[in-house]
Amino acid sequence: MDLVNALVAFLNFVFIPATAYGAQLALGALGVTLVFGILRFSNFAHGDTMAFGTMVTILATWGLQAMGVSLGPLPTALLALPVGIAVTAALLLATDRAVYRFYRKVRARPIILVIVSMGVMFVMNALVRFIIGVDEYQFTDGARFVINARDFREATGLAEGLALRTTQVITLVTATAAVAALFWFLGKTRTGKSMRAYSDNEDLALLSGINPERVVRVTWIITAALATTAGVLYGLDKSFKAFTYFQLLLPIFASAIVGGLGRPLGAIAGGFIIAFSEVTITYAWKKVLVYLLPESLEPDGLVQLLSTDYKFAVSFVILVIVLLFKPTGLFKGAQT
Amino acid sequence: MNVPVRNLALFGAMAVLFVIAGLVQSWNVALTVLNMGLISAVMALGVNMQWGYAGLFNIGVMGFVALGGLAAVLVSAPPVPEAWAAGGPRVIAGLALGAATIAAAIAWWKRMAPGRVRTVGLVVLLVGGFFLYRAVFDGGVQAVEAVNPAATGYLGGLGLPVLLSWPVGGLLAAGGAWVIGKTALGLRSDYLAIATLGIAEIVIALLKNEDWLARGVKNVVGLPRPVPYEVDLQQSPEFLARVAALGLDPVTASTVTVKLMYAGLFTVVLLGLIWLLQTAWNSPWGRMLRAIRDNETAAAAMGKNVTARHLQVFILGSAICGLAGAMMTTLDSQFVPTSYQPLRFTFLVWVMVIVGGSGNNWGAVLGGFLIWWLWVMVEPIGQALMAALTAGMAEDSALRAHLIDSAAHMRLLTMGLVLLAVLRFSPRGLIPER
Amino acid sequence: MAEPFLIGHEMTGGYGAADILHDCTIAVEKGQIAVIVGPNGAGKSTAMKAVFGMLHLRAGHVRLAGEDITRLSPQDRVARGMAFVPQNANIFTSLSVEENLEMGAFLRRDDIRPTMEQVYTLFPILRDKRRQAAGELSGGQRQQVAVGRALMTEPSVLMLDEPTAGVSPIVMDELFDRIIEVARTGISILMVEQNARQALAIADRGYVLVQGRNAFTGTGAELLADAEVRRTFLGG
Repeated sequence: MDLVNALVAFLNFVFIPATAYGAQLALGALGVTLVFGILRFSNFAHGDTMAFGTMVTILATWGLQAMGVSLGPLPTALLALPVGIAVTAALLLATDRAVYRFYRKVRARPIILVIVSMGVMFVMNALVRFIIGVDEYQFTDGARFVINARDFREATGLAEGLALRTTQVITLVTATAAVAALFWFLGKTRTGKSMRAYSDNEDLALLSGINPERVVRVTWIITAALATTAGVLYGLDKSFKAFTYFQLLLPIFASAIVGGLGRPLGAIAGGFIIAFSEVTITYAWKKVLVYLLPESLEPDGLVQLLSTDYKFAVSFVILVIVLLFKPTGLFKGAQT
Repeated sequence: MNVPVRNLALFGAMAVLFVIAGLVQSWNVALTVLNMGLISAVMALGVNMQWGYAGLFNIGVMGFVALGGLAAVLVSAPPVPEAWAAGGPRVIAGLALGAATIAAAIAWWKRMAPGRVRTVGLVVLLVGGFFLYRAVFDGGVQAVEAVNPAATGYLGGLGLPVLLSWPVGGLLAAGGAWVIGKTALGLRSDYLAIATLGIAEIVIALLKNEDWLARGVKNVVGLPRPVPYEVDLQQSPEFLARVAALGLDPVTASTVTVKLMYAGLFTVVLLGLIWLLQTAWNSPWGRMLRAIRDNETAAAAMGKNVTARHLQVFILGSAICGLAGAMMTTLDSQFVPTSYQPLRFTFLVWVMVIVGGSGNNWGAVLGGFLIWWLWVMVEPIGQALMAALTAGMAEDSALRAHLIDSAAHMRLLTMGLVLLAVLRFSPRGLIPER
Repeated sequence: MAEPFLIGHEMTGGYGAADILHDCTIAVEKGQIAVIVGPNGAGKSTAMKAVFGMLHLRAGHVRLAGEDITRLSPQDRVARGMAFVPQNANIFTSLSVEENLEMGAFLRRDDIRPTMEQVYTLFPILRDKRRQAAGELSGGQRQQVAVGRALMTEPSVLMLDEPTAGVSPIVMDELFDRIIEVARTGISILMVEQNARQALAIADRGYVLVQGRNAFTGTGAELLADAEVRRTFLGG
């Protein structure tokens, strides 16, 4: 029974990747839940917004790298991130002005806005592929590992190595900073409180003199920041490919719904729930079990509940379970 | 211009477009586009039913179409006796165990009083059932996939006539729709959209990975057809005689004839569906649907079970999409799971419905033909346009190369803009609901 | 007689094609309480909403402190010193009590703490619960939050749409006591009420509306004493 090695393997293959992925999903789900709470529709274009923001950041990163700028051990993309956010915010504001504002004025049904967001998704997707193409891009630079698996093994003398990638640490730090900033903004500033008020009771907010167009503008800017950050962190961790961000729509929406649509705290909780479920259910537990169980009980097969091809099936099943038993989610968001 | 004449003119214009395609490119091309246009029209009818009759946003159309394609395989592919002998019963037993576990879980949840015992029991039941199912199922699957993986490696189908697979495709899709509908209907409309997004991904993931079912990414080729093979026609004396009398080349004539026969079959199905849907729309059932759609609160107050009606519409619409999927796989004579790009085709069908006229069956059909025609024809036109636009640039300019490459993405961009423009400026579409 | 502080004069109009109000006049003096009563469907809430600018008037006008405000939007009227407490959904349930008050003062750029102190003094229970989410409070306390929110703009007119709807009699009495205190600070109160008898008892001026028209007008005491009013609306 080798508890330490089992723990290290668990941390290395399950806990750390799931935490990083959970933070990325949480940021994505925050953007979706914010738009839902304030603009009152499910934004299907969010995945491709993430792709667009990441794309701009990549282009800016290449520009910076060409100029010889670097951030030492940290990825240069972090410097380029504000550029990505700014351009994405401009795109979202322009989209709102050109597309969504009309439907707000005529008080269209929310489902119309969802269909419209599907149209916007395709235009954004085409734009991204038009500008950067469909290839896979790696844009991480700087130090790759904070802790190298080999160094860890040499230092501790254990059989299992623990690798902590720079991108994973950055994900956690950036996500925490972003969430803290968001909650401070919503809880302590006048604009933030007015946004919460608008989300809570639109008519009363208007009566109080809150300017709806201003609330909408700030919402899109924050959404751009969240989406770009989530997309860049995900891309740094894995890689950038124009198609992958659409696939993230399902886990992101599942996270938002699990936590309760419209509830920022729920989006964060949901993100981690989905991430941890996905990773634990598709992980081959044989390695860890071998350390924990005596020889006679060692498993033959991989002990993998679902193959990694079915990663998205996990989010889907969790979504179905939540819809069946508690559609308002953990933190009681919107239902009808 | 009064309405029937206007509609006739629109369809006439559509026919002219196809004739132009035939003259400018070739009759084979025009007929290929026509056949796929017919299938698209059927899909548009299904989606139109869900959106126009009940206001449901189904973004997982591709999943139901894929289920229809699967039916074509399961019904018409020849069975593989060795695979059945090796692991067939075990696979079936595993599936039965899985279904029994779910049924038992549902029954347990319904019978027991709410409380800790019920929840714990549910978890135990599901977890235990899952492991039991895997223990039985995995062994069978391995055995089946080990039988001649290069050529088969799956259980095969029932070897029945392929035309039978079309209604079966509808049934299979209806089953999937029932599961999703029960889960997600009666809640906010966004939730249904997200749930259908998920089901499409799941169905396609299943088809790509469960080799024992339909060979996964190895694809099933050589599915039986309801029409003769071109080579057979080219060797048939009667056919050759008739072709000679008309002064046509036998090879082209054979391909054109086969396509015309498919077109005939599809047209029969399409017309039959339109007749059915129009009759249903004008029946008391249809009137009740319209009442619900126009004022849901009032209808619910009058005792109409809105969710049940929505479920009916959702199932029927998805069944029609499944039918189209079976037709499509029959046309291709092969089942290629990777060709079901979940969003690209779903999106196109929605453009068809919105542009054609949501809520109107003829509108959906027109939209189906028009948008599919545009989608296919825009590519060569777009390439030509881009070449013309970049003619001024240097021969080896990277920008020029990039722009010409990206002409392909312009299709998607154009369709997206078309959808947004129609939704904003002409939401009732070309042939609005009466 | 001098022009009243706030008057909706011979208002005629409705929400759509059909008129609900016909030549209806409602007025209130500075620091006084005016109450609108009448049977269901009489157009009481509609009359008050018309004074606030929430519906289009075909005829008639509204004047505040001598100035014609008929064309102003409700938000603009709030800026002029009118405050409105709707009957339903009149608080931000997910915000704390204190945040509700802050939102009430959204249009103000100066220091709102003195005003908040005044509200807390008027409604002491709100001070105790100021960090709690407003949705967790009882019905009567929520009404206090709603009125407190409206008072944060330091209005000259406070309009209340059925403030005691769905509230127990003891709480109703307490609410009316508070409303009298507010009026004593110089704020005019215009109130629509279903509990006609109790409302008229505290009213300086009463308007009985029937089918969108003024049926009876007078002081609260006069209306309570009037035999016909008593017979038709107050149950004898």
